[in-house]
Amino acid sequence: MENASGHFRQKVRWHPLEIAFWLCTLLPFVVTPAYLSLASQIAITALFALSLDLILGYAGIVSLGHAAFFGVGAYSAGLLAKHYWGEPLAGLILAAAAAGIVGYAMSHIVVRFRHLALIMLTLGLGLLLHEAANSASDLTGGADGLQGVKVGTLFGFRFDMFGRTAYAYSLAVLFVCFLACRRIIHSPFGLALRGIRENAVRMPAIGAPSLAHLRKAYTIAAVMAGIAGALLTHTTSTVSLETLSFGRSADVLVILILGGAGRLYGGIIGAIIYMVARDQFSGINPQYWYFWIGLLLVLVVMFLPNGILGGISALDKKSQ
Amino acid sequence: MLSSLATVLFDGFAYGMLLFLLSVGLSVTLGMMNFVNLAHCSFAAVGGYCTVTLMNSFGWPFLASLPMAFIAAALVSVVLERTLYRHLYRSSDLDQCLLTIGIVFVSVAAFAWFYTTEQQSARPPEWLRAPITVGDINFAGYRLFLIVFGLAVTALLVLLLERTRFGAQVRAAVDNQRMARGLGIDVDRAFMITFALGGGLAGLGGALAIEVVGLDPTFALAFLVYVLIVVAVGGLGSIGGSFAAAVVLGISDMAGKYYFPWLGAFLIYLVMVALLMWRPAGLFGKR
Repeated sequence: MENASGHFRQKVRWHPLEIAFWLCTLLPFVVTPAYLSLASQIAITALFALSLDLILGYAGIVSLGHAAFFGVGAYSAGLLAKHYWGEPLAGLILAAAAAGIVGYAMSHIVVRFRHLALIMLTLGLGLLLHEAANSASDLTGGADGLQGVKVGTLFGFRFDMFGRTAYAYSLAVLFVCFLACRRIIHSPFGLALRGIRENAVRMPAIGAPSLAHLRKAYTIAAVMAGIAGALLTHTTSTVSLETLSFGRSADVLVILILGGAGRLYGGIIGAIIYMVARDQFSGINPQYWYFWIGLLLVLVVMFLPNGILGGISALDKKSQ
Repeated sequence: MLSSLATVLFDGFAYGMLLFLLSVGLSVTLGMMNFVNLAHCSFAAVGGYCTVTLMNSFGWPFLASLPMAFIAAALVSVVLERTLYRHLYRSSDLDQCLLTIGIVFVSVAAFAWFYTTEQQSARPPEWLRAPITVGDINFAGYRLFLIVFGLAVTALLVLLLERTRFGAQVRAAVDNQRMARGLGIDVDRAFMITFALGGGLAGLGGALAIEVVGLDPTFALAFLVYVLIVVAVGGLGSIGGSFAAAVVLGISDMAGKYYFPWLGAFLIYLVMVALLMWRPAGLFGKR
């Protein structure tokens, strides 16, 4: 009979497909060197989607304001690089800390609510931060964005226009965060989160401190979103108000749902498809781009409730 | 100071009436089916564009185009309810949110395609817009019309819900859907009619809003937050609650823009978050 630690150990084992996938992420260096900047943007978006997956897919907290942490991370990294210290890793740590503090503070509010109140609160808190950053234009540059961010070298490598350093940096950070996420999800804590998602009433009844678990998950997700924001600052050398906008929260939600929420690779697959498609169709007016996104959302919700990965695994099960 | 206060109160009340028309349908349908319909403001935009088309392309008078705005929005909402929404009544909040946000995106792009992204206008007749002077204060005539119109619609709605058989069915379904079904009330039919009515009212609100806030394709997204605030603060399924919340929101938004313009919408969001934390079910909500 299988015991508990055996169950977790078996889950942690790497599937050959996973190893192949991560090897493939190295391909852009040799195959499509012209698209390295895009690849780094994909890695950043994937990290952001992964962080949302942790709270939405695993803990079941619907959030329409996840860009708040992305923006906090982006602005704290940008301000540090502009005024004091251009070294990226320090900015990464500061951004993670700042987003973590904001996330921990918000988690006390957010985890107590469900349904419409939860959606409205996450939306409201996100909009609140957006407005605050817009008003505090002395600090953030307001609607013009934060100008004059000077990002220093990373281990002696400069961030050049080809995006070689940018992609290596984003990919490495994404991979480290992914490992952390994978570890969390396959731990007893991750199992408890899924329990809370499935039944928020029964988990406390069997003695799980469900609110504390949710707060912890929310804070971890905020830290990861903050890191993603800092990566964007470092690779683009600017911070715009758009990092805090509702549009970004909605986009990352779309990406995660498209790929498949509650699956480790959902956010990453979604980010690849979404960003490549947007790059390919960049000629069309953004107005009409949202037409296709909207249509896609309707179709995914109606016919593919678990996203692309969910659909593939359902097909896989059927064929066996 | 006093005259500015009177203007703010008057304009804010008129704005609140507009918000009430836009949101009351969402409040009742959310209370009945627990369906998070983020596309409610798209119905309002349908009404608005219907009015614009009728007035500018066919030369209809403003007042005659209002009933058509109601009918067009009601039709669109009932078609969507029958084809898409009804499949998701038992799904999670997330799925409902995503489906309806998808519809918002599609509608925004569709309006941009047919009507360009420019601001549309539909001017009410001169006699409606003439300012009315009381003492030394000027009141905009159109806003007075909004207030009278809004109060009339509220009175009609209250009569419909409190005094008719249909209203009793709706109230029963809001209070306890399963019990209402058990008593033989056709909740699906009552819901469909309520949904059409709510969508139609939103369309009416959209048509009336053109003169005050203008109309462009992003209307559905821009007003979504305000409508959700009214619904969440007022409490689900409560007409009185929506009315109070809409008036408070309208006046405080006007006052904020008048007295603290540098704060932008910050104040509104702060009030909303604080109110929701204090009473998650809304000021007048039962659940």
